[in-house]
Amino acid sequence: MCQVDEEYQEELERADGPSVSKKCVKCKEASAAVVIRAGDTYCRSCFKEYFIHKFRAMLGKNRVIFPGEKVLLAVSGGPSSCSMLSQVQEGLSQKAHKKLRFSPGIVHIDEGGAVGQSAEERQRKVSELQAVFKATGFPFLILPLEQVLDLPSSVVETALSPLEPPPSAYKAAVDRFNQTSSSDYLPPQEREEKSLPDVQKSHTQLLQQLMGSAKTLTAREDLLNTLRQHLLVHTARTEGYSKLMLGDNCTRLAIKLLTSISLGRGAQLAQDTGFSDSRYGNIISVRPMRDYSAKEIAFYNHMFNVPAVVVASLDTKTSEKASIQRLTESFVTKLQTDFPSTVSTIYRTSEKLQTACRSSSSADHSDRCLLCVCTLDTAVEKASAFQATLISEQLSQTKSLGCRNPGQSPGGEDCGRATSGGGCCSLTTETTDLKSLLCYSCQLTIRDMSSVDHLPLYILSEAQRRQRRAQMRDEISEFLLDDGDEGIYREV
Amino acid sequence: MAAPIAVHLEFGGGAELLFNGVKEHHVTLPSQSEPWDMKQLLVWIQRNLLKERPELFVQGDSVRPGILVLINDADWELMNQNACACLTAAGLDCSVGLKPAH
Repeated sequence: MCQVDEEYQEELERADGPSVSKKCVKCKEASAAVVIRAGDTYCRSCFKEYFIHKFRAMLGKNRVIFPGEKVLLAVSGGPSSCSMLSQVQEGLSQKAHKKLRFSPGIVHIDEGGAVGQSAEERQRKVSELQAVFKATGFPFLILPLEQVLDLPSSVVETALSPLEPPPSAYKAAVDRFNQTSSSDYLPPQEREEKSLPDVQKSHTQLLQQLMGSAKTLTAREDLLNTLRQHLLVHTARTEGYSKLMLGDNCTRLAIKLLTSISLGRGAQLAQDTGFSDSRYGNIISVRPMRDYSAKEIAFYNHMFNVPAVVVASLDTKTSEKASIQRLTESFVTKLQTDFPSTVSTIYRTSEKLQTACRSSSSADHSDRCLLCVCTLDTAVEKASAFQATLISEQLSQTKSLGCRNPGQSPGGEDCGRATSGGGCCSLTTETTDLKSLLCYSCQLTIRDMSSVDHLPLYILSEAQRRQRRAQMRDEISEFLLDDGDEGIYREV
Repeated sequence: MAAPIAVHLEFGGGAELLFNGVKEHHVTLPSQSEPWDMKQLLVWIQRNLLKERPELFVQGDSVRPGILVLINDADWELMNQNACACLTAAGLDCSVGLKPAH
């Protein structure tokens, strides 16, 4: 009776203090080295097996990458993308069981100009990465983010996507590949040294101006993401790659999911966090690392010496509340310590998300956001939350125009010139027009910018082109046959 | 009385930015009446090695969430997080690695 209590207490203590000699749950022999998820202890070799297997399984389950395809790996130098690189190397090596079958290339975008690094720091990081990339033997490219200023406007146009291959096509492609290539392993080609492009100081200044025109860190991070994506897609297109591999891990994606909701990107969640993202049409982005938590990657990199560099980003060393992204990150990581299944729960939820396809399958350019190239979600339906936002915006605007008080800036519109309410018409209309081309969250980002003039030329020229087309369409709208005019064809 | 303990500390993955960029530290913990444990080690690190922004490294009694700790290359979650498992053995070199998971 009284003994029961004592026994119970003893058991509690035992469970509380596990010693290092806990056994691996898989092989049950070796001593455990790492705790994965909530309570699974693995030894080194079982962990390595588990890690490698997960990568293959992820690619095999989603049969998106066809054999022999050219795939571009976007490596930022951080732990996840370097881990992805080492997994690809591992998978392509001759001795791999069921080796992977695609031709990889590497691209690294040096964002030091936007983040405020000095030229020496950038050079040092780039040469470190160059050494890592050379050791892999894959063709690689290192581009400065400044190149985004010179992109053509075709980047934000949606190229016609190739027809969706039927599911059986994958198996057929694999069989065909097996028959033809047999066991040809292409040795790493000796590419001539492509000298790293020199970054002109003026370009860096322009880029910094652009980043500086975003007033909040949230908007700045969002903008940086967009620019990076554009440059990646452009590079993939020009170098002939059909797939882009991104190194987002589970923790990052869980944070991204919650951040996206806070930023108003609910409609694009499936594409932002899913395994494959086909918004760019002929370039499909895949995220093979999305099942790995940050902890697993960090442990693997440490235990098996995967080279990675420390990449300073916009929110390094900032305080917790500096931006929405930063705040969400600290929220999720804090929650994760007490509830180790937080990240995986968010991940499982994100797996169930799908994009609702709009009726218009012909991807008309005006249906896509100018910046993030996702389908526009700003169709104002009656009694929707979006309509309510617009109404309150209009109300606050007319109120302040009536007051003519320069101190009271209009609720939604900030036109950068704090003069009397009447004098900012032209810039307001310009900003408004840009808004009609953007999805809700990109609108918010633009709103946080003091001026849109610093945006790269390709964005502004594409914006003008779309505005002209929209104007034209309005002018001739009454002459256009639309789907409603079926009366003509009904006559028998 | 616990004898002084030699500890090899390694900071990586960005944590070294808070320690002037120095990744490896060989330190000797002074002898004290109670045996050393992780909590005390963290306090010692904060007082003697940490150069800036303590809130980015330490939170309360423990490391900030998101920072991984390895003791002799094994996850510290395998042991009771503040246990003195390896540190009590006098004179044992033990390696403690701290790096944030990204």
